[in-house]
Amino acid sequence: MSGGARAVLAGLGIAGVVFVILWGAVDLPAVGHYLGPYGDVVTPLAVFARHSTDAVSAVNFDFRGIDTLGEEFILFTSVLGVTLLLRQSEEGAKGEGESEDRAQGRPTPSTGDAVRSFGSGMVGLLVLFGTYMVTHGTVTPGGGFQGGVILATVPLLVYLSSSAEIFERIAPRRLVEAGESAGAFGYVLVGLFGVIAGVEFLRNVVPLGKTGTLTGGGTTVLLNLTVGLEVATGFVLLMLAFVDEALQRRRRAQR
Amino acid sequence: MSVYGFLPYALTAWLFGWGLYGIVSSRNWVHLCICLAIVQSSTYVLLLGIGYRLGAAAPVFAQFSASTAAVDPVVQALMLTDIVVEATVVALLLALAVRAHQSTGSLDPSASCEMRG
Repeated sequence: MSGGARAVLAGLGIAGVVFVILWGAVDLPAVGHYLGPYGDVVTPLAVFARHSTDAVSAVNFDFRGIDTLGEEFILFTSVLGVTLLLRQSEEGAKGEGESEDRAQGRPTPSTGDAVRSFGSGMVGLLVLFGTYMVTHGTVTPGGGFQGGVILATVPLLVYLSSSAEIFERIAPRRLVEAGESAGAFGYVLVGLFGVIAGVEFLRNVVPLGKTGTLTGGGTTVLLNLTVGLEVATGFVLLMLAFVDEALQRRRRAQR
Repeated sequence: MSVYGFLPYALTAWLFGWGLYGIVSSRNWVHLCICLAIVQSSTYVLLLGIGYRLGAAAPVFAQFSASTAAVDPVVQALMLTDIVVEATVVALLLALAVRAHQSTGSLDPSASCEMRG
């Protein structure tokens, strides 16, 4: 199909879709005038029945915990896909015509002092902040997903402020892979607590603890920890896959 | 409905439309991934718009009593799912872009149209 015809066809389609979205939105309640009922039902349940002051965490890891299991496996599968796709590149790169992403024979500029000092200064702070996010998921905004991403930025910051070699040393692939598998398996394991206790999978069977404290929320706390591990290691594994790609290219260039 | 009450829905359609336009007219796989992320960000606006309540607090009750009027935590949880899925899917698509560049020598989607067995 020619470019012009494609543009016209796509334009008509996009205009149609946008029109349908706007048309459908006309009968929705105006933003700010929430009608419910789900939010109003879930909120007291989260606090009184689940001892979790963060209703979002209670929804994610308790009321729709099985969805989050699926979501975690989307993450797991994507990371697996990226690793598989980029791992094959060693043989693919032997073929002809691979263009370099930098000019031949020009030295890579070294990392600036500002980046280096700021980056290494932030490392401790981010470890603390990420751990706080993961562990306080049931009390204040945050949780395993948010905290995991923050924790994953720590090795990335080390990579930015030092080198790819040091990044690979502080995040050894074996360890990160084991962590990711443990995170995914841990979620299922916590879900199985319910089955062991003779009720449903992912039922909140752990003692609920005191509302507003670190232990308040029962399985929600444990699931936050496993998801934190899974997300942090998953994202580090993604970065490792891309960094590996660059490292291999550099090693080939040195040869 | 007031204009203000409709604005987030209009923003949803706006982001969705332009993101889709970017995908269709894209000449670069990386650009295409970003456009997909824009399409997906329209769903964030829609979800938050649906659950929002004027003057209500965030659904976190560490310092409020549970009877305080709060916005809907369900759509916020859905949006969290949305963001995580988006981040990982974009990573997968970018890895595909790396491989496409290696096998065709180009990042142009129209260069990858021909299928080879």
